[in-house]
Formats: sequence, C-alpha cells, structure tokens
Amino acid sequence: MSEQPTTASGPMPPARAPVRASLFVTCLGDHFYADAAASAVRLLRKLGVEVDFPEAQTCCGQPAFNAGRDAEARRMAAHTLEVFRESEYVVLPSGSCACMLRRFYAHLFHDDDLSGQAADLAGRTFELGEFLVRVLGVTKLGRGLEGRRIAYHHGCHALRELGIREEPLELLASAGAEVVPWEAAEECCGFGGLFSVSFPQVSAGMADRKLDTLAAAGEVDFLTSADCGCLLQLSSRMRKRRQDLAVRHLADVLWEAAGADS
Amino acid sequence: MQIHSREYPKRAREGGDVRASVTGATLSFDARRRAAFAGVAAEEWRVWAEGVKTHLLTHLDRYLEEAEARLEANGARVHWAGSQEDVHRILSAIIERRGARRAVKGKSMLSEELEVNELLEKRGVDVLETDLGEYILQLLEQPPSHIVGPAIHLSLDEIRRLYHETHGTELDATPDELAGVSRLILREAFLAADVGITGGNFLVAETGTVALIENEGNIRLTTSAPPVHVALVGIEKLLPRWSDLAVFLQLTARAATGQPVGNYVSMIHGPRTADDPDGPEEVHVVLVDNGRTDVLADPEAWEALRCVRCGACLNACPVYRQTGGHAYGAVYSGPIGSVLNPGLAGLHAAMPLPFASSLCGACEEACPVRIPIPELLLSWRRRAVEAGMDSRAKAGLLRAWTAVATRPGLYRAAGAMLHTLPEPVRRVPLPVVGGWREVRADPEPSPTSFRELWREGIE
Ligand code: SF4
Repeated sequence: MSEQPTTASGPMPPARAPVRASLFVTCLGDHFYADAAASAVRLLRKLGVEVDFPEAQTCCGQPAFNAGRDAEARRMAAHTLEVFRESEYVVLPSGSCACMLRRFYAHLFHDDDLSGQAADLAGRTFELGEFLVRVLGVTKLGRGLEGRRIAYHHGCHALRELGIREEPLELLASAGAEVVPWEAAEECCGFGGLFSVSFPQVSAGMADRKLDTLAAAGEVDFLTSADCGCLLQLSSRMRKRRQDLAVRHLADVLWEAAGADS
Repeated sequence: MQIHSREYPKRAREGGDVRASVTGATLSFDARRRAAFAGVAAEEWRVWAEGVKTHLLTHLDRYLEEAEARLEANGARVHWAGSQEDVHRILSAIIERRGARRAVKGKSMLSEELEVNELLEKRGVDVLETDLGEYILQLLEQPPSHIVGPAIHLSLDEIRRLYHETHGTELDATPDELAGVSRLILREAFLAADVGITGGNFLVAETGTVALIENEGNIRLTTSAPPVHVALVGIEKLLPRWSDLAVFLQLTARAATGQPVGNYVSMIHGPRTADDPDGPEEVHVVLVDNGRTDVLADPEAWEALRCVRCGACLNACPVYRQTGGHAYGAVYSGPIGSVLNPGLAGLHAAMPLPFASSLCGACEEACPVRIPIPELLLSWRRRAVEAGMDSRAKAGLLRAWTAVATRPGLYRAAGAMLHTLPEPVRRVPLPVVGGWREVRADPEPSPTSFRELWREGIE
C-alpha cells in the first residue's frame, strides 16, 4: 500500500502552488541510467512537483573543466545556463554535476557577463535526494524498503563540496532500510572523469579498495549512490572482477522507498 | 631539486607491490588524525592556523628581518640562500672551516630537496641519517616516500631482511631488537660527529627560535651533541609570535601522527653561552628560498606555502595509497607534492602530477592549514593545457565532445546511436579511451535513452 510522504510537520500537505522543477538528467544519466531518471520523474511527480525536461540539455561541461580546459567547459556551461534559464528549480540525479553547476560555474564565469546568471542558476540547483530533504522537506517517503540491507556510496563532490551526507541515508532509513556501515563508504571510487582512463591501474585500485571493504561489510542487497559516474566505475570494475552485487541508482531506490511496487 | 615525474604513469601502472604497506600505514595515520581532532574545536584551529600562515606569507619580508635580528641577538649565525647552490656553498664553507669529517642528520625534507647528502659525500664527509626510517632508507639507497613516515612503503619483513644482511640480526627479530641495533650505531655517531644538520618545523620571528618536532630523540641529539648545528629552514616556515608556536606544535602533531604533541620538541635559540653552557658551540640557521618567492608571487599557487609538512593530505589520499610516494618521482609526493613541485621545479618537470588526482577533495578536508589543493591542481592543469603540455588525444576528444554538446540536435543523434548501433560497432566510441577497458568491463548503456522515454511519456 502506498503511503503519504511526510515532512517534519506531518503528512505532506498538497502544495498551494505546485513546485516546478526541471530535470537535468546529465549525459551519463541519459544514456546509462535512463530508467532511474524516469523513476526520479515519477517520484517528483508523486511529491507534487511539476517536472519538465528541457530537451536542448546536453552535458554540464565537467569533463572539460576537470581536464583544465576551461574554454570548452565554458561553452558547455553557457549552453546549460541558457537551457535552464527559466527553470524554477534544476534537479539532477548526480551530485557531481549538481556541484559543477553550483560551485564550479562561478569559477568559469567569475570575470564574465554570465556570472550573475551562473550565480542565479547555482541557487536553484539541487541533487535529487538533497532536493527532497532540503527543499521539499521530505522526512519519509514510505516504507518500501522494509528489510533491505543497503550500502551507500558517497560521491566525493556531493559529500565534500555540497555537504550532502545524512540526507540520502535518512531517506533510505526512514523507508525501513538498514544502511550498512562500510569502511570506505566515504572514499573516492576512483572515477574522476578522464582520470579513470589516464591512470587506469590507480583508478581500478581505488575501486578495489571500495569493493573489498564492501565485501567485508557483510551481506547487502545492493549498492546505491547518487552519482552516475561512480556507479559506472564501480559496476564496471565489479563485472571485471566477477564480483556479484547489484548496483542501483539512488533515484530508483527512492522510488521503491515511496512504494513504487504497491 | 631533481624531479622524474614523467614516468609517473608507468610507475603507477607497475606500482602495486607497495600498495598493501602504504594503504595500511596511511589508513592508520589517518584514523589517528581524525581521533586527535575529534577532541578539539578542529575547524576553529584550522581557520586560525590558515589565518596566521596567510598573514605570515603576506608580510614575509618583515618577519624574515625580525627573525634574522633575533637569531643574531641570540648568538646564532644567519645565512640567506636563494638557491641550492647557495646552500651548498654555505655548507661547504662551514665544513671546511671546522675541518668536519663526520655529520649526523635529522630528518628533513628540505635537505632532500637541496641534495645535502650528495654534497656532503662529494666533500668527503661521512653522513649518517639518524631518523630510524631515514637510516633504513640510507642503507637501501632509497629516497623517502612520505613526508612524515619516510619508509612506510617497506614491510617489516623487508626491514628484517635488510638488517639480517647488513647487521646480522635474526630474520625474525622484533621491531624493538632492530631499533636496539640501530641505536648502538647511532649513539656512537652522535658522539663522534663534527656537525649536526637538521631542518626546522618552525622559526619564530619574535624570539628567533627554531622549533623541531620528533618522536625518537635523534633530533634532540643531532642539535645538541655535535659542536656545530646547522638548521636548514624554508622561508615559509616562519611564525610571527612565540604564542603561535604553542598552537602550531599541537596542530602539526595532531595532523601528522594524531599525537597531542610530539614526543620531543626541541627549541633552538642559539649556541651555548656563559650562562647556558649546554648545546653546540655554533648554531647556523640557513634561510632557504629555492623557488619559494616565485611560488609566493603566483596568485594561483602561493597557498601551498602554508604547508606545515604534516603529511595528512598524503594519508587521506586514495591516489597516493595506490602507489606510495616514489611513483611521483619527486621529493614531495602526494597531493601537496603535486601542487608544490610545479611551483618549485617548473610545471614542465612536474608533469603529469597535477593530473594524477581524481579531485576527490579528501586532501583539502584533512589539511590543517586549509590549503585548497584541488583548486590548485586545477590551476596547474589549466596552465598545462595553455602551454600545450597535456595529451593531444585528450584535447581532440574534449573538443569533439564540446562541439557535440553545444548542438542539441547533434547531441541527440549521437546519443541515439549509442542505443541503436549493434554491440560491436557501439563499443568503438563507447569506452572512449582504451584505458577504460584495460581494467573494467564495458559500461552497459540503457536499452533506450532517457530522452526517448520522456518522449514516449513516463507514467
Ligand atoms: S598540504 Fe596540508 S595536509 Fe598536506 S602536508 Fe601540507 S599542511 Fe599537511
């Protein structure tokens, strides 16, 4: 049975004017986590959010920014600023790309005409789980994760740049899941964009430390995270190592938490 | 300073054999640091320390003069060294005048940077490293691999084997037995040495005090037993006031080893005097620039000079953990090395170190003086790109990606191909660089893209 989501002040009231949010699916989300992104849409709608998807959206520009190629990053960022110019909120199923919009666009445009527009977008941008907790005030989605044992991987940008630590864990726990503590839960998975292909052995070694300590944490039903890049890195390394563990995007899991299968 | 960073990718590829030792040691350092800061108002300490160092660096000329005047008033001799050659000249003059044949050394990264041992050997001076880790490395003819724990890349068994071969100890000797053997050798060396050479963790301008933190007591002996003590101090190591030192000693020990304070703290004001007859006859303080003023003048690099060399960023770094310090090919390894080496030795020499990071931010979080290491790494990356030092293939790839990602129609068409082309064809553009597939399975695209799902309508 599907439950009414709750906030700190009781069952979530129907919003007076509906919150409107644009989904920025991100390039990896679009092509590798499409179903999870669809779950994000369903979840947001269930919470009364009016979701749109500006189809001109592409990539946030982070791959170029991290490579020190600001000229290219600026072009992709400027495109993104334009695409989401009218959005009330921009919600991303990716902590790292959310961080790009929120923290790094300011750097890209600091001495540019677009700096105001960048600051404006930064103030409206949120990672999905963060948006649920900090903007919508959701404290509980439902009981859809009753009895599940879940390992959560903290993406570095979400954790250290945006300070998102407890939000996803609380959403999972409030839905009845046991979030299994794990030695390297807050360590980098080794993805780092092009770092993963420039220094493959180092990158894989970093993933292995995550995966080895995860294996030592006992049985879990699946591993989840809010970051498509990290999920891709960990799941691809796992398949190479023939480690058998389901890897799911947080959006998918939160949709289940809200009672998706009821 | 010699630097061999070019081979980083190759060493990183092959460097797996030290992974277990380095990972174990850094994780335990890191856990001790966290525990030590859990008990204090860590954020306030860090913000304060950042402020003190920033003030120092922005008023460095004034404090250097104050330090010089105080040291001389204390009876120490002050030398100014712009470069490594200057340092070598200053040391050679002291050695010659004293007719020195034997030197003992305390652990000092600056002395590694300045290639002091090479100089001493060239001048026929017998030099012995007295820090246990450095002593082991001297036997092995290896450079240190970590700022604080120079030999953490070695396992206990490797050290047992070394001592078995060099000192005839048993192959199953305990760490205490090994330390005991070393102690006998070191003790004789301290008593016979003509000169003791150390670095300096801090130099207090207000009082002219060189402060040294350690755990083994060897620095205490190096600075007090021989008739001459030479302290090599980087100009960024100054602190304005005596009262600053009280906090920096605790901050550094907590960050480095998780101790509230080092087992030994030596504070050197100057040589022996009539009222204070202990200590060396001569104390020399060499103030070393060696590229530091260039870094200071660089608006996107200077913050690295706040560094107190605690090693916390190395211990927190998941990249460092994979290879240990030798892979970096430079005296300063790990996150701080990757932002300091380009400033001190030139970006060209330090390539590709600024790229050898996933930018996870663990270093910045650990740093007791809040050096924004990821930001500094990015700045060096930008300069490498501007100077055409970075890989052409990567440049081409990102240019192509940008062309696609700024044209929505093209982006959608290219994206669609990912889901419609047959598997073998799809693989070609997919793991854009072979590096992905070398260590991982191919990523699996969703059956259709999200934007197709959206067009079909999401129920
Ligand atoms: S950069 Fe910060 S953490 Fe790293 S050694 Fe220097 S002071 Fe310590």
